[in-house]
Amino acid sequence: MTTVNKKRQLARQVSIVGAGLSQFGAFPEKDSRDLFVEAFKDMVQSMDQGFDIEDIEGAYIGNYSSDLFEHQGHTAPIVADWLGITPIPITRIENACASSGSALREGVLAIASGMYDVVLVGGMEKMTNLPTDGVTDVLASAADGLYEVPAGLTFPGIFGAIAKAHMDRYETNLDHLLKVGIKNHENGALNPKAQFQQTITAMMERRMARAQERGHTVPDYKTDLDFLNDPQANPWIAWPLRLYDCAPITDGAACVLLVADEIAHNFTDKPISIAGIGQATGKPLHDSDELTSLSAAKAAAQQAYDMAGVTVADIDLAEVHDCFTIAEIVATEDLGFFAPGEGPRAVDEGRTALGGDHPINTSGGLKSKGHPVGASGVGQVIEIYHQLRGEAGARQVKKANPTVGLTHNVGGTGGTCVVNVLRRES
Amino acid sequence: MADNFTATAFYRALKEEGQIVGVKCQACGHLSPEPRPMCPICHGFDMVSHRFSGKAKLDTFTCISIVPVSMAAKGYGRDKPYCSGIVTLEEGPRISARISGVDGANPQNIKNGMDVVLDVADLDEESPSVAFKPA
Ligand SMILES: [Zn+2]
Repeated sequence: MTTVNKKRQLARQVSIVGAGLSQFGAFPEKDSRDLFVEAFKDMVQSMDQGFDIEDIEGAYIGNYSSDLFEHQGHTAPIVADWLGITPIPITRIENACASSGSALREGVLAIASGMYDVVLVGGMEKMTNLPTDGVTDVLASAADGLYEVPAGLTFPGIFGAIAKAHMDRYETNLDHLLKVGIKNHENGALNPKAQFQQTITAMMERRMARAQERGHTVPDYKTDLDFLNDPQANPWIAWPLRLYDCAPITDGAACVLLVADEIAHNFTDKPISIAGIGQATGKPLHDSDELTSLSAAKAAAQQAYDMAGVTVADIDLAEVHDCFTIAEIVATEDLGFFAPGEGPRAVDEGRTALGGDHPINTSGGLKSKGHPVGASGVGQVIEIYHQLRGEAGARQVKKANPTVGLTHNVGGTGGTCVVNVLRRES
Repeated sequence: MADNFTATAFYRALKEEGQIVGVKCQACGHLSPEPRPMCPICHGFDMVSHRFSGKAKLDTFTCISIVPVSMAAKGYGRDKPYCSGIVTLEEGPRISARISGVDGANPQNIKNGMDVVLDVADLDEESPSVAFKPA
Protein backbone atom coordinates (compact mmCIF):
# COMPACT_ATOMS: atom_id res chain seq x y z
CA MET A 1 0.00 0.00 0.00
CA THR A 2 1.93 2.99 -1.25
CA THR A 3 -0.12 6.09 -0.63
CA VAL A 4 2.75 8.52 -0.22
CA ASN A 5 4.35 10.54 -2.99
CA LYS A 6 8.04 9.59 -2.75
CA LYS A 7 9.33 12.46 -4.88
CA ARG A 8 11.00 14.74 -2.36
CA GLN A 9 11.60 18.46 -2.57
CA LEU A 10 12.42 20.92 0.18
CA ALA A 11 9.63 23.38 0.97
CA ARG A 12 12.23 26.14 0.62
CA GLN A 13 15.87 26.23 -0.33
CA VAL A 14 18.79 26.37 2.11
CA SER A 15 22.28 27.79 1.62
CA ILE A 16 25.62 27.61 3.38
CA VAL A 17 27.01 31.07 4.08
CA GLY A 18 29.90 30.36 6.43
CA ALA A 19 32.23 27.51 7.36
CA GLY A 20 34.79 26.82 10.07
CA LEU A 21 37.17 23.99 10.80
CA SER A 22 39.40 23.38 13.80
CA GLN A 23 42.90 22.11 13.29
CA PHE A 24 42.70 18.31 12.89
CA GLY A 25 45.19 16.24 14.87
CA ALA A 26 45.96 15.09 18.42
CA PHE A 27 45.49 17.75 21.07
CA PRO A 28 45.96 16.24 24.54
CA GLU A 29 44.83 19.34 26.41
CA LYS A 30 41.68 20.07 24.43
CA ASP A 31 38.19 18.68 25.10
CA SER A 32 35.53 18.42 22.41
CA ARG A 33 33.90 21.71 23.47
CA ASP A 34 37.23 23.49 22.95
CA LEU A 35 37.56 21.98 19.49
CA PHE A 36 34.07 23.11 18.59
CA VAL A 37 34.72 26.67 19.74
CA GLU A 38 37.88 26.66 17.62
CA ALA A 39 35.85 25.66 14.55
CA PHE A 40 33.19 28.24 15.37
CA LYS A 41 35.81 30.98 15.74
CA ASP A 42 37.23 30.04 12.33
CA MET A 43 33.73 30.39 10.87
CA VAL A 44 32.88 33.69 12.56
CA GLN A 45 36.18 35.26 11.54
CA SER A 46 35.87 34.15 7.90
CA MET A 47 32.26 35.22 7.24
CA ASP A 48 32.27 37.49 4.18
CA GLN A 49 29.97 40.15 5.64
CA GLY A 50 30.23 39.31 9.32
CA PHE A 51 27.30 38.00 11.30
CA ASP A 52 25.55 38.44 14.61
CA ILE A 53 25.83 35.31 16.73
CA GLU A 54 22.50 36.24 18.32
CA ASP A 55 20.85 35.48 14.96
CA ILE A 56 21.36 31.73 15.43
CA GLU A 57 17.96 30.20 16.15
CA GLY A 58 18.79 26.52 16.51
CA ALA A 59 21.73 24.14 16.31
CA TYR A 60 22.41 20.48 15.54
CA ILE A 61 25.75 18.93 16.53
CA GLY A 62 27.03 15.57 15.36
CA ASN A 63 29.00 13.59 17.90
CA TYR A 64 29.51 9.86 17.91
CA SER A 65 30.65 9.03 21.38
CA SER A 66 31.75 11.69 23.81
CA ASP A 67 30.23 9.26 26.34
CA LEU A 68 32.93 6.64 25.73
CA PHE A 69 35.78 8.86 24.49
CA GLU A 70 35.47 11.56 27.17
CA HIS A 71 33.04 10.08 29.68
CA GLN A 72 30.76 13.00 28.90
CA GLY A 73 27.16 12.60 27.82
CA HIS A 74 24.70 15.35 26.94
CA THR A 75 27.39 17.36 25.16
CA ALA A 76 25.14 19.60 23.07
CA PRO A 77 24.10 22.03 25.85
CA ILE A 78 27.73 22.26 26.93
CA VAL A 79 28.58 23.48 23.44
CA ALA A 80 25.70 25.98 23.62
CA ASP A 81 27.09 27.28 26.90
CA TRP A 82 30.64 27.54 25.55
CA LEU A 83 29.35 29.49 22.52
CA GLY A 84 27.16 31.64 24.75
CA ILE A 85 24.04 30.81 22.75
CA THR A 86 21.82 29.40 25.50
CA PRO A 87 18.83 29.13 25.60
CA ILE A 88 18.48 28.36 21.90
CA PRO A 89 17.68 24.69 21.31
CA ILE A 90 20.69 22.54 20.40
CA THR A 91 20.45 18.84 19.70
CA ARG A 92 23.17 16.22 19.50
CA ILE A 93 22.80 13.77 16.61
CA GLU A 94 24.44 10.34 16.76
CA ASN A 95 24.77 8.25 13.61
CA ALA A 96 28.30 6.93 14.13
CA CYS A 97 30.74 8.45 11.61
CA ALA A 98 27.78 10.04 9.77
CA SER A 99 26.68 11.98 12.86
CA SER A 100 27.41 15.42 11.47
CA GLY A 101 26.13 14.49 8.01
CA SER A 102 22.85 13.75 9.72
CA ALA A 103 23.12 16.90 11.87
CA LEU A 104 23.44 18.99 8.72
CA ARG A 105 20.40 17.27 7.28
CA GLU A 106 18.36 18.10 10.40
CA GLY A 107 19.43 21.74 10.09
CA VAL A 108 18.36 21.82 6.44
CA LEU A 109 14.97 20.32 7.32
CA ALA A 110 14.49 22.79 10.17
CA ILE A 111 14.98 25.75 7.82
CA ALA A 112 13.05 24.20 4.94
CA SER A 113 10.11 23.63 7.30
CA GLY A 114 9.89 27.35 7.93
CA MET A 115 10.69 26.94 11.62
CA TYR A 116 14.02 28.82 11.48
CA ASP A 117 15.96 31.08 9.13
CA VAL A 118 19.45 30.68 10.64
CA VAL A 119 20.79 27.38 11.98
CA LEU A 120 24.25 26.32 13.11
CA VAL A 121 25.23 22.73 12.28
CA GLY A 122 28.48 20.96 12.95
CA GLY A 123 30.22 18.09 14.61
CA MET A 124 33.06 17.24 16.93
CA GLU A 125 34.99 14.29 18.25
CA LYS A 126 37.72 14.01 20.84
CA MET A 127 39.27 10.59 20.23
CA THR A 128 42.92 10.62 21.27
CA ASN A 129 42.38 10.30 25.04
CA LEU A 130 42.03 6.54 24.68
CA PRO A 131 44.76 4.06 23.67
CA THR A 132 44.38 2.40 20.26
CA ASP A 133 42.66 -0.76 21.58
CA GLY A 134 40.16 1.40 23.46
CA VAL A 135 39.40 3.41 20.30
CA THR A 136 39.07 0.12 18.38
CA ASP A 137 36.44 -1.01 20.87
CA VAL A 138 34.53 2.28 20.76
CA LEU A 139 34.44 2.28 16.94
CA ALA A 140 33.41 -1.39 16.91
CA SER A 141 30.36 -0.44 18.95
CA ALA A 142 28.99 1.19 15.77
CA ALA A 143 28.63 -2.35 14.39
CA ASP A 144 26.08 -4.88 15.66
CA GLY A 145 27.18 -5.65 19.20
CA LEU A 146 25.19 -8.89 19.31
CA TYR A 147 26.08 -10.51 15.99
CA GLU A 148 29.13 -8.79 14.42
CA VAL A 149 31.35 -7.78 17.35
CA PRO A 150 31.21 -11.21 19.07
CA ALA A 151 32.45 -12.71 15.77
CA GLY A 152 35.65 -10.73 16.33
CA LEU A 153 34.87 -8.20 13.63
CA THR A 154 36.40 -4.79 14.27
CA PHE A 155 35.67 -1.69 12.20
CA PRO A 156 38.81 -2.18 10.05
CA GLY A 157 37.99 -5.90 10.03
CA ILE A 158 34.62 -5.40 8.34
CA PHE A 159 36.18 -3.14 5.68
CA GLY A 160 38.99 -5.70 5.34
CA ALA A 161 36.32 -8.30 4.55
CA ILE A 162 34.81 -5.92 1.97
CA ALA A 163 38.26 -5.43 0.44
CA LYS A 164 38.84 -9.19 0.21
CA ALA A 165 35.44 -9.63 -1.48
CA HIS A 166 36.28 -6.82 -3.94
CA MET A 167 39.67 -8.38 -4.70
CA ASP A 168 38.09 -11.76 -5.39
CA ARG A 169 35.25 -10.42 -7.52
CA TYR A 170 37.21 -7.86 -9.54
CA GLU A 171 40.83 -7.23 -10.51
CA THR A 172 41.47 -5.20 -7.37
CA ASN A 173 44.87 -5.67 -5.74
CA LEU A 174 46.70 -4.37 -2.69
CA ASP A 175 48.55 -1.69 -4.68
CA HIS A 176 45.24 -0.18 -5.79
CA LEU A 177 44.33 0.33 -2.14
CA LEU A 178 47.70 1.90 -1.37
CA LYS A 179 47.40 4.27 -4.34
CA VAL A 180 44.21 5.74 -2.86
CA GLY A 181 46.22 6.64 0.23
CA ILE A 182 49.10 8.06 -1.81
CA LYS A 183 46.69 10.29 -3.72
CA ASN A 184 44.90 11.47 -0.60
CA HIS A 185 48.18 12.31 1.15
CA GLU A 186 49.23 14.33 -1.91
CA ASN A 187 46.06 16.40 -1.44
CA GLY A 188 46.34 16.54 2.34
CA ALA A 189 49.89 17.89 2.04
CA LEU A 190 48.25 21.00 0.54
CA ASN A 191 45.69 21.38 3.36
CA PRO A 192 46.85 23.51 6.32
CA LYS A 193 44.10 22.02 8.55
CA ALA A 194 45.06 18.40 7.84
CA GLN A 195 46.39 16.02 10.49
CA PHE A 196 49.04 14.69 8.08
CA GLN A 197 50.28 17.47 5.82
CA GLN A 198 52.79 15.16 4.23
CA THR A 199 52.98 13.12 1.07
CA ILE A 200 53.80 9.44 1.36
CA THR A 201 57.08 10.27 -0.43
CA ALA A 202 57.94 12.75 2.33
CA MET A 203 57.13 10.16 4.99
CA MET A 204 59.30 7.61 3.19
CA GLU A 205 62.23 10.02 2.96
CA ARG A 206 61.88 10.90 6.63
CA ARG A 207 62.02 7.22 7.57
CA MET A 208 65.16 6.73 5.47
CA ALA A 209 66.78 9.83 6.98
CA ARG A 210 65.99 8.63 10.51
CA ALA A 211 67.54 5.24 9.84
CA GLN A 212 70.67 7.00 8.55
CA GLU A 213 70.87 9.28 11.63
CA ARG A 214 70.59 6.33 13.99
CA GLY A 215 73.17 4.30 12.12
CA HIS A 216 70.60 1.63 11.17
CA THR A 217 70.43 -0.06 7.79
CA VAL A 218 68.76 2.45 5.47
CA PRO A 219 65.81 0.79 3.73
CA ASP A 220 66.18 0.64 -0.03
CA TYR A 221 62.90 2.28 -1.07
CA LYS A 222 62.76 3.41 -4.71
CA THR A 223 59.05 4.28 -4.83
CA ASP A 224 56.18 5.06 -2.51
CA LEU A 225 54.92 1.53 -3.07
CA ASP A 226 58.27 0.03 -1.94
CA PHE A 227 57.85 1.94 1.32
CA LEU A 228 54.21 0.97 1.73
CA ASN A 229 54.95 -2.68 1.01
CA ASP A 230 57.52 -2.80 3.84
CA PRO A 231 55.77 -4.57 6.74
CA GLN A 232 57.98 -2.69 9.20
CA ALA A 233 56.81 0.67 7.86
CA ASN A 234 53.25 -0.33 7.07
CA PRO A 235 52.06 -3.13 9.38
CA TRP A 236 48.86 -5.11 8.95
CA ILE A 237 45.78 -3.86 10.78
CA ALA A 238 43.11 -6.17 9.34
CA TRP A 239 44.41 -8.03 6.29
CA PRO A 240 44.19 -6.95 3.47
CA LEU A 241 44.27 -3.51 5.10
CA ARG A 242 47.44 -2.00 6.53
CA LEU A 243 48.16 1.08 8.62
CA TYR A 244 48.28 3.34 5.54
CA ASP A 245 44.91 2.02 4.39
CA CYS A 246 43.24 3.38 7.54
CA ALA A 247 42.12 6.87 8.47
CA PRO A 248 43.84 8.01 11.67
CA ILE A 249 42.47 8.65 15.15
CA THR A 250 41.78 12.38 15.28
CA ASP A 251 40.57 15.23 17.45
CA GLY A 252 38.65 17.88 15.54
CA ALA A 253 35.48 19.87 14.93
CA ALA A 254 33.67 21.48 12.02
CA CYS A 255 30.67 23.79 11.61
CA VAL A 256 28.73 25.64 8.94
CA LEU A 257 26.05 28.30 9.07
CA LEU A 258 22.84 27.42 7.21
CA VAL A 259 20.33 30.09 6.24
CA ALA A 260 17.14 30.31 4.23
CA ASP A 261 18.03 31.06 0.60
CA GLU A 262 16.14 34.33 0.54
CA ILE A 263 18.43 35.89 3.17
CA ALA A 264 21.69 34.29 2.01
CA HIS A 265 22.91 37.47 0.34
CA ASN A 266 22.76 39.28 3.69
CA PHE A 267 25.76 37.14 4.63
CA THR A 268 27.79 36.61 1.46
CA ASP A 269 27.83 37.20 -2.28
CA LYS A 270 28.90 33.60 -2.78
CA PRO A 271 26.44 31.33 -0.94
CA ILE A 272 26.57 27.64 -1.70
CA SER A 273 23.17 26.08 -2.11
CA ILE A 274 22.24 22.68 -0.74
CA ALA A 275 20.67 21.42 -3.93
CA GLY A 276 19.98 17.85 -2.89
CA ILE A 277 20.04 15.84 0.32
CA GLY A 278 19.82 12.09 0.72
CA GLN A 279 20.04 9.76 3.66
CA ALA A 280 19.48 6.03 3.77
CA THR A 281 20.08 3.05 6.03
CA GLY A 282 21.63 -0.33 5.42
CA LYS A 283 21.95 -3.69 7.17
CA PRO A 284 25.03 -5.32 8.67
CA LEU A 285 27.44 -6.53 5.97
CA HIS A 286 26.39 -10.18 6.39
CA ASP A 287 22.78 -9.25 5.58
CA SER A 288 23.66 -6.90 2.70
CA ASP A 289 22.76 -7.85 -0.86
CA GLU A 290 26.37 -7.40 -1.91
CA LEU A 291 29.66 -7.61 -0.05
CA THR A 292 31.37 -5.13 -2.40
CA SER A 293 28.95 -2.21 -2.14
CA LEU A 294 27.04 -0.19 0.47
CA SER A 295 23.34 -0.20 -0.44
CA ALA A 296 22.66 2.85 1.76
CA ALA A 297 25.16 4.88 -0.28
CA LYS A 298 23.42 4.04 -3.54
CA ALA A 299 20.00 4.89 -2.10
CA ALA A 300 21.17 8.16 -0.51
CA ALA A 301 22.92 9.20 -3.72
CA GLN A 302 19.81 8.58 -5.78
CA GLN A 303 17.74 10.74 -3.41
CA ALA A 304 20.29 13.56 -3.59
CA TYR A 305 20.68 13.39 -7.39
CA ASP A 306 16.89 13.37 -7.85
CA MET A 307 16.27 16.31 -5.53
CA ALA A 308 19.05 18.35 -7.13
CA GLY A 309 17.95 17.39 -10.63
CA VAL A 310 21.47 16.34 -11.59
CA THR A 311 23.16 13.20 -12.85
CA VAL A 312 26.56 11.88 -11.95
CA ALA A 313 27.97 13.59 -15.05
CA ASP A 314 27.18 16.98 -13.49
CA ILE A 315 29.30 16.37 -10.38
CA ASP A 316 32.56 18.34 -10.65
CA LEU A 317 34.18 16.95 -7.51
CA ALA A 318 33.37 14.88 -4.44
CA GLU A 319 34.45 14.30 -0.88
CA VAL A 320 33.79 10.64 -0.07
CA HIS A 321 34.07 8.67 3.14
CA ASP A 322 37.53 7.08 2.91
CA CYS A 323 37.68 5.73 6.47
CA PHE A 324 39.64 2.99 4.68
CA THR A 325 41.16 3.06 1.21
CA ILE A 326 38.76 0.35 0.02
CA ALA A 327 35.87 2.51 1.23
CA GLU A 328 36.85 5.26 -1.24
CA ILE A 329 36.96 2.77 -4.12
CA VAL A 330 33.55 1.35 -3.17
CA ALA A 331 32.15 4.88 -2.72
CA THR A 332 33.18 5.98 -6.21
CA GLU A 333 31.40 2.92 -7.60
CA ASP A 334 28.28 3.28 -5.42
CA LEU A 335 27.94 6.96 -6.40
CA GLY A 336 28.08 5.99 -10.07
CA PHE A 337 31.35 7.75 -10.97
CA PHE A 338 32.69 4.40 -12.14
CA ALA A 339 31.04 1.06 -12.91
CA PRO A 340 31.26 -1.66 -10.24
CA GLY A 341 34.81 -3.01 -10.29
CA GLU A 342 36.18 -0.05 -12.29
CA GLY A 343 37.09 2.04 -9.22
CA PRO A 344 40.60 0.59 -8.87
CA ARG A 345 41.47 1.29 -12.51
CA ALA A 346 40.23 4.86 -12.16
CA VAL A 347 42.71 5.32 -9.31
CA ASP A 348 45.49 3.81 -11.44
CA GLU A 349 44.72 6.21 -14.26
CA GLY A 350 44.72 9.28 -12.01
CA ARG A 351 41.08 10.05 -12.73
CA THR A 352 40.40 10.77 -9.04
CA ALA A 353 43.45 13.01 -8.55
CA LEU A 354 43.30 16.80 -8.25
CA GLY A 355 43.68 17.16 -12.01
CA GLY A 356 41.52 14.17 -12.97
CA ASP A 357 38.03 14.17 -14.45
CA HIS A 358 36.54 13.01 -11.10
CA PRO A 359 38.62 14.66 -8.36
CA ILE A 360 37.94 12.79 -5.11
CA ASN A 361 38.91 13.96 -1.64
CA THR A 362 40.78 17.12 -2.56
CA SER A 363 40.94 17.90 1.18
CA GLY A 364 43.14 14.86 1.73
CA GLY A 365 40.09 12.86 2.72
CA LEU A 366 39.65 11.24 6.08
CA LYS A 367 42.93 9.41 5.44
CA SER A 368 45.18 12.46 5.39
CA LYS A 369 43.03 15.31 6.70
CA GLY A 370 42.00 13.16 9.66
CA HIS A 371 38.79 11.50 10.85
CA PRO A 372 37.30 12.97 14.03
CA VAL A 373 34.29 10.78 13.37
CA GLY A 374 31.47 13.06 14.56
CA ALA A 375 32.92 16.03 12.64
CA SER A 376 33.76 14.32 9.36
CA GLY A 377 30.46 14.78 7.51
CA VAL A 378 30.41 18.56 7.92
CA GLY A 379 34.18 18.63 7.34
CA GLN A 380 33.52 17.21 3.87
CA VAL A 381 30.86 19.82 3.16
CA ILE A 382 33.34 22.56 4.11
CA GLU A 383 35.87 21.34 1.53
CA ILE A 384 33.23 21.43 -1.21
CA TYR A 385 32.10 24.89 0.01
CA HIS A 386 35.64 26.25 -0.43
CA GLN A 387 36.23 24.48 -3.76
CA LEU A 388 32.99 25.78 -5.28
CA ARG A 389 33.85 29.29 -4.07
CA GLY A 390 37.27 28.93 -5.71
CA GLU A 391 39.14 29.48 -2.46
CA ALA A 392 40.81 26.11 -1.86
CA GLY A 393 44.25 27.55 -2.55
CA ALA A 394 46.97 25.11 -3.59
CA ARG A 395 44.50 22.22 -3.67
CA GLN A 396 41.89 23.99 -5.82
CA VAL A 397 40.68 21.54 -8.47
CA LYS A 398 42.27 22.07 -11.87
CA LYS A 399 39.01 22.15 -13.82
CA ALA A 400 37.70 25.67 -14.34
CA ASN A 401 34.63 26.95 -12.48
CA PRO A 402 33.45 23.89 -10.58
CA THR A 403 29.75 24.42 -9.87
CA VAL A 404 28.40 21.16 -8.45
CA GLY A 405 30.03 19.12 -5.69
CA LEU A 406 29.00 16.06 -3.69
CA THR A 407 29.64 14.73 -0.22
CA HIS A 408 29.29 11.08 0.84
CA ASN A 409 29.36 10.37 4.58
CA VAL A 410 29.07 6.83 5.94
CA GLY A 411 28.11 5.77 9.47
CA GLY A 412 29.71 2.54 10.63
CA THR A 413 29.93 0.04 7.81
CA GLY A 414 27.01 1.46 5.86
CA GLY A 415 24.27 1.41 8.50
CA THR A 416 23.83 5.08 7.65
CA CYS A 417 24.84 7.04 4.57
CA VAL A 418 24.29 10.74 3.93
CA VAL A 419 24.85 12.23 0.47
CA ASN A 420 24.59 15.95 -0.31
CA VAL A 421 24.74 17.73 -3.64
CA LEU A 422 26.00 21.31 -3.29
CA ARG A 423 25.80 23.94 -6.00
CA ARG A 424 27.29 27.37 -6.56
CA GLU A 425 24.52 29.69 -7.72
CA SER A 426 25.77 32.01 -10.43
CA MET B 1 9.63 -20.19 25.40
CA ALA B 2 8.39 -20.10 21.82
CA ASP B 3 8.50 -16.32 21.64
CA ASN B 4 11.91 -15.85 23.22
CA PHE B 5 13.61 -14.75 20.01
CA THR B 6 16.59 -12.96 21.54
CA ALA B 7 20.38 -12.95 21.38
CA THR B 8 20.41 -14.46 24.87
CA ALA B 9 18.42 -17.41 23.57
CA PHE B 10 20.66 -17.64 20.47
CA TYR B 11 23.89 -17.91 22.46
CA ARG B 12 22.28 -20.23 25.03
CA ALA B 13 21.30 -22.62 22.23
CA LEU B 14 24.79 -22.36 20.72
CA LYS B 15 26.32 -23.28 24.06
CA GLU B 16 23.86 -25.90 25.25
CA GLU B 17 22.79 -27.53 21.97
CA GLY B 18 25.82 -26.78 19.79
CA GLN B 19 23.58 -25.43 17.04
CA ILE B 20 22.54 -22.20 15.38
CA VAL B 21 18.88 -21.83 16.30
CA GLY B 22 17.33 -18.94 14.42
CA VAL B 23 13.85 -18.24 13.14
CA LYS B 24 11.62 -18.81 10.14
CA CYS B 25 8.73 -16.53 9.15
CA GLN B 26 5.53 -18.57 8.92
CA ALA B 27 4.04 -16.09 6.46
CA CYS B 28 6.77 -15.70 3.83
CA GLY B 29 9.32 -18.35 4.73
CA HIS B 30 12.17 -15.91 5.35
CA LEU B 31 14.99 -17.47 7.36
CA SER B 32 17.13 -15.54 9.84
CA PRO B 33 19.94 -17.19 11.80
CA GLU B 34 19.61 -14.35 14.32
CA PRO B 35 16.39 -14.85 16.29
CA ARG B 36 14.08 -11.89 15.83
CA PRO B 37 10.46 -11.36 16.82
CA MET B 38 9.43 -9.72 13.54
CA CYS B 39 10.02 -10.60 9.90
CA PRO B 40 12.16 -7.92 8.21
CA ILE B 41 10.82 -8.91 4.78
CA CYS B 42 7.00 -9.16 5.12
CA HIS B 43 6.80 -7.42 8.52
CA GLY B 44 4.79 -10.28 9.99
CA PHE B 45 5.08 -11.36 13.62
CA ASP B 46 4.49 -15.10 13.22
CA MET B 47 8.01 -16.45 13.69
CA VAL B 48 9.00 -19.98 14.70
CA SER B 49 12.34 -21.46 15.76
CA HIS B 50 14.48 -22.87 13.00
CA ARG B 51 17.57 -25.04 13.40
CA PHE B 52 20.36 -24.51 10.90
CA SER B 53 22.50 -27.44 9.78
CA GLY B 54 25.80 -25.76 10.59
CA LYS B 55 27.12 -26.30 7.06
CA ALA B 56 28.26 -23.21 5.18
CA LYS B 57 30.61 -21.69 2.62
CA LEU B 58 33.13 -18.93 3.37
CA ASP B 59 32.14 -15.72 1.53
CA THR B 60 34.85 -13.33 2.64
CA PHE B 61 37.21 -12.84 5.55
CA THR B 62 39.82 -10.66 7.21
CA CYS B 63 42.79 -11.45 9.46
CA ILE B 64 42.88 -9.03 12.35
CA SER B 65 46.18 -7.87 13.88
CA ILE B 66 44.97 -4.82 15.79
CA VAL B 67 42.61 -6.62 18.08
CA PRO B 68 39.87 -5.57 20.49
CA VAL B 69 40.49 -5.83 24.22
CA SER B 70 38.53 -9.09 24.49
CA MET B 71 40.65 -10.84 21.84
CA ALA B 72 43.90 -9.49 23.29
CA ALA B 73 42.92 -11.24 26.52
CA LYS B 74 42.88 -14.51 24.56
CA GLY B 75 46.43 -13.99 23.30
CA TYR B 76 45.70 -12.53 19.86
CA GLY B 77 47.50 -9.49 18.49
CA ARG B 78 50.19 -8.34 16.06
CA ASP B 79 52.13 -11.58 16.46
CA LYS B 80 49.03 -13.77 16.32
CA PRO B 81 46.26 -12.38 14.09
CA TYR B 82 42.89 -14.14 14.08
CA CYS B 83 40.51 -14.70 11.20
CA SER B 84 36.89 -13.51 11.08
CA GLY B 85 34.52 -13.45 8.16
CA ILE B 86 31.12 -13.94 6.68
CA VAL B 87 29.69 -17.32 5.71
CA THR B 88 26.63 -18.33 3.71
CA LEU B 89 24.70 -21.03 5.54
CA GLU B 90 23.51 -24.05 3.57
CA GLU B 91 19.94 -22.77 4.05
CA GLY B 92 20.73 -19.43 2.33
CA PRO B 93 21.26 -16.60 4.81
CA ARG B 94 24.65 -15.26 5.82
CA ILE B 95 26.15 -14.78 9.26
CA SER B 96 29.28 -13.15 10.67
CA ALA B 97 31.63 -15.61 12.37
CA ARG B 98 35.08 -16.33 13.69
CA ILE B 99 36.92 -18.63 11.31
CA SER B 100 38.79 -21.21 13.38
CA GLY B 101 41.27 -23.86 12.32
CA VAL B 102 43.08 -21.51 9.91
CA ASP B 103 46.33 -19.55 10.33
CA GLY B 104 45.53 -15.86 10.60
CA ALA B 105 49.16 -15.03 9.85
CA ASN B 106 48.88 -16.66 6.41
CA PRO B 107 45.73 -15.28 4.79
CA GLN B 108 46.93 -16.37 1.33
CA ASN B 109 46.17 -19.94 2.45
CA ILE B 110 42.54 -19.15 3.32
CA LYS B 111 40.20 -19.42 0.34
CA ASN B 112 36.86 -17.77 -0.18
CA GLY B 113 34.31 -20.33 -1.26
CA MET B 114 35.68 -23.11 0.91
CA ASP B 115 33.28 -25.39 2.79
CA VAL B 116 33.11 -24.73 6.51
CA VAL B 117 31.17 -26.22 9.43
CA LEU B 118 30.03 -24.81 12.75
CA ASP B 119 32.76 -25.21 15.38
CA VAL B 120 31.57 -25.35 18.98
CA ALA B 121 34.63 -27.15 20.35
CA ASP B 122 36.21 -24.07 21.85
CA LEU B 123 33.22 -22.02 23.02
CA ASP B 124 33.91 -19.33 25.58
CA GLU B 125 31.57 -20.03 28.52
CA GLU B 126 31.32 -16.35 29.44
CA SER B 127 30.86 -14.86 25.98
CA PRO B 128 30.20 -17.56 23.36
CA SER B 129 30.66 -16.61 19.72
CA VAL B 130 29.82 -18.22 16.41
CA ALA B 131 32.80 -19.96 14.82
CA PHE B 132 33.20 -22.01 11.65
CA LYS B 133 36.13 -24.24 10.70
CA PRO B 134 37.20 -25.81 7.40
CA ALA B 135 34.98 -28.83 6.67
ZN1 LIG C 1 8.03 -12.82 6.43
